[in-house]
Amino acid sequence: MYAYDELDRTLINERVSEFRDQVKRRLSGELTEDEFKMLRLQNGVYLQLHAYMFRVAIPYGTLSSKQLRRLAHVARRYDRGYGHFTTRQNIQFNWIKLAELPDALAELAEVGIHAMQTSGNNMRNVTSDQWAGVAPGEVEDPRIWSEILRQHTTLHPEFSFLPRKFKIAITASEHDRAAIKIHDIGLRLHKNADGETGFEVLVGGGLGRTPFIAKTIKPFVHGRDILSYVEAILRVYNQYGRRDNIYKARIKILVHELGIEKFAREVDEEWRQMGHSALTLDHSVIEEVRSRFSYPAYEKLPHMPDELKQAAHDPLFERWRKNSVAPHKVQGYSIVTLSLKPVGGPPGDATADQMDAIADLADKYSFGEIRVGHEQNLALPHVAKRDLPQLWKALDRLGLATPNVNLVTDIIACPGLDYCSLANARSIPIAQELTRRFANHDTADMIGRLHINISGCINACGHHHVGHIGILGVEKNGEEFYQITIGGRADENAQMGVLIGPAVPYAEVADVIEDIVEAYLALRDRPEELFVDTVKRLGVEPFKERVYATR
Amino acid sequence: MPLVKNGRITTDLFVHVAEGAELPGDGAVLISAARFLEDPEAILKRAGKTGVIWPNSRAVDDLVPYLDRLAAVALVFPTFRDGRAYSQARLLRERHGYDGELRATGQVLRDQFVFMSRAGFDAFEVKKDADAEAFAETVKRYSVFYQPTGDGRVTALNRRMQLRHSESAGQ
Ligand code: HEM
Ligand code: SF4
Repeated sequence: MYAYDELDRTLINERVSEFRDQVKRRLSGELTEDEFKMLRLQNGVYLQLHAYMFRVAIPYGTLSSKQLRRLAHVARRYDRGYGHFTTRQNIQFNWIKLAELPDALAELAEVGIHAMQTSGNNMRNVTSDQWAGVAPGEVEDPRIWSEILRQHTTLHPEFSFLPRKFKIAITASEHDRAAIKIHDIGLRLHKNADGETGFEVLVGGGLGRTPFIAKTIKPFVHGRDILSYVEAILRVYNQYGRRDNIYKARIKILVHELGIEKFAREVDEEWRQMGHSALTLDHSVIEEVRSRFSYPAYEKLPHMPDELKQAAHDPLFERWRKNSVAPHKVQGYSIVTLSLKPVGGPPGDATADQMDAIADLADKYSFGEIRVGHEQNLALPHVAKRDLPQLWKALDRLGLATPNVNLVTDIIACPGLDYCSLANARSIPIAQELTRRFANHDTADMIGRLHINISGCINACGHHHVGHIGILGVEKNGEEFYQITIGGRADENAQMGVLIGPAVPYAEVADVIEDIVEAYLALRDRPEELFVDTVKRLGVEPFKERVYATR
Repeated sequence: MPLVKNGRITTDLFVHVAEGAELPGDGAVLISAARFLEDPEAILKRAGKTGVIWPNSRAVDDLVPYLDRLAAVALVFPTFRDGRAYSQARLLRERHGYDGELRATGQVLRDQFVFMSRAGFDAFEVKKDADAEAFAETVKRYSVFYQPTGDGRVTALNRRMQLRHSESAGQ
């Protein structure tokens, strides 16, 4: 965990009092809605279909139990008793009253949580691997760099009014759980031939109306230079990014229009002119940040404790363990994913009571730490293996032990028409229907890893382009239709899915998905071949045929 | 539109000369970049200070040769959402060493004062009277800064390092 010090706390409190003043001026009419809009967005406040929506940052997805309890409290006291974990390591509350927001922010600030820059045309919450610091084989804990970047991008005096929003994601593992290739800047921590740690820098990825996979702009930037290099990219973007058309204002369009080589030359020239700047990170500064991350005092534990051997006789436990428990870098420990995807539930929702209970379990079994992943699930990052059976029982009672992580019912979905003013179609009810269709765990197990992603409109908040199966809501003559893509992925081999044919009406979506899955089961050349790999091998044609032959 | 300079509301000594209007023989003037670039040397020879309003869509490089003879550069925020002038300000101050008046014009609201002053602005044509009056209080809103800029304020990272040093020295 990163411990905020007096300086961090002071800054957050100063932000809260500034926002309190801004809300007061809005309520008195001193600020117009147009002026206030920018200010509230910088604090994560949207005006949605039914109410204000409030988005709170969970930097690099790490939460303490105390912080999670405070989020539960906010859900209870200021909202309707639940929150919605998003694909951006944020949590959203859908029913907040504007006049109460400053109080909610002040309560969050007490535990080192803020909503700065979770929205608006600035540098958004820096995201990272939810298994950072515990995943076996990672180069180093990417959160140290995420935190350095979090600080640097917070209230940046040059880049708080960019052409458009700006998202940075960091991974330090071979397997990319942070989806860096669909971010404005993706950073991959690795070591060069001399054993020095630095970043491969990718730029210009993103989904939405015009999806792009990020391109490598520099294979290696030394850690000490990462701030100046990012600053150079942002300065070029701030000056040359399009401002005439919001659909073309993201950095991906600038990179695309200039071409990556020309864009890279501009950035290099800017970087060269910055010279050896105040942004160069001293070794001792990096170490200072590193020193404020604390790690649990792990015990020396056996690889295979008796408790686990015994519990293995219970097939229900085994099913859950195989699905939700991942290896940890320390022997005797594991990383446990908590599925927020129960059958029939809205993906990513957690009630205040669940949050409180998870905080208690984290205290008991995970050194008080919780993680939030972009798949809209939570994780307990340091669970002793001997505690797994007990933990499982407790999670099961809370409805958080659905053994479907990475399976067909582990669906990522945006709020869609149920909450979002931009939506063309519903997302959540589609997800709910699909979790019912595939509720049988044996079937889901047999199908294997398969990611379904749903967005209610072209903005792609549900990452539909990179779903193994992507579902996008569109509107046709006032009715909800859905375009289906297949073969997308968001990992280290990220790519966009391919459209299989004409959009289908709401009532047919679940059937179509079932058809696609059945086609896959018939077409895969062995049970281990994943759905995406079958699509890669065969293309969309056989799936298209199966879906449209009878429609 | 009130002008805040050096932290106080002051009278604007610069006369905005409209496009096409004749330049007065002396006195401080603020003119457009296009007009200035037509014949910079002649304009700079005038008796009286020269200030240039530089558009945010044009690289400041073209202004650099004249910086040491300019009394003011006015940068433009056509809307508060358009932040190009922040980059221009930092480039003028930090890269090109400009030390004359750097003025923010256009949609200038109190909520941007901290950002603007950190980026190097020291004069503000403020849109609303109430905002101008609140300048002193709003510009002091923050006491902690994460990024190093030309304003020379010590960043949080560096303050922590200093704290560490003084702690270990005291032991
Ligand atoms: C309900 C309120 C929401 C609104 C009004 C909203 C609005 C938007 C808009 C306008 C975009 C497109 C931006 C662009 O392409 O430049 C976008 C993108 C995105 N949103 Fe949301 N969103 C909302 C909720 C969410 C939620 C709940 C999630 C997570 C589940 C989310 C995650 C994302 C992501 C990941 C993108 C990125 C697409 C990209 O890479 O370009 N948003 N959102
Ligand atoms: S994808 Fe569209 S419908 Fe879904 S949350 Fe984003 S903006 Fe709203």
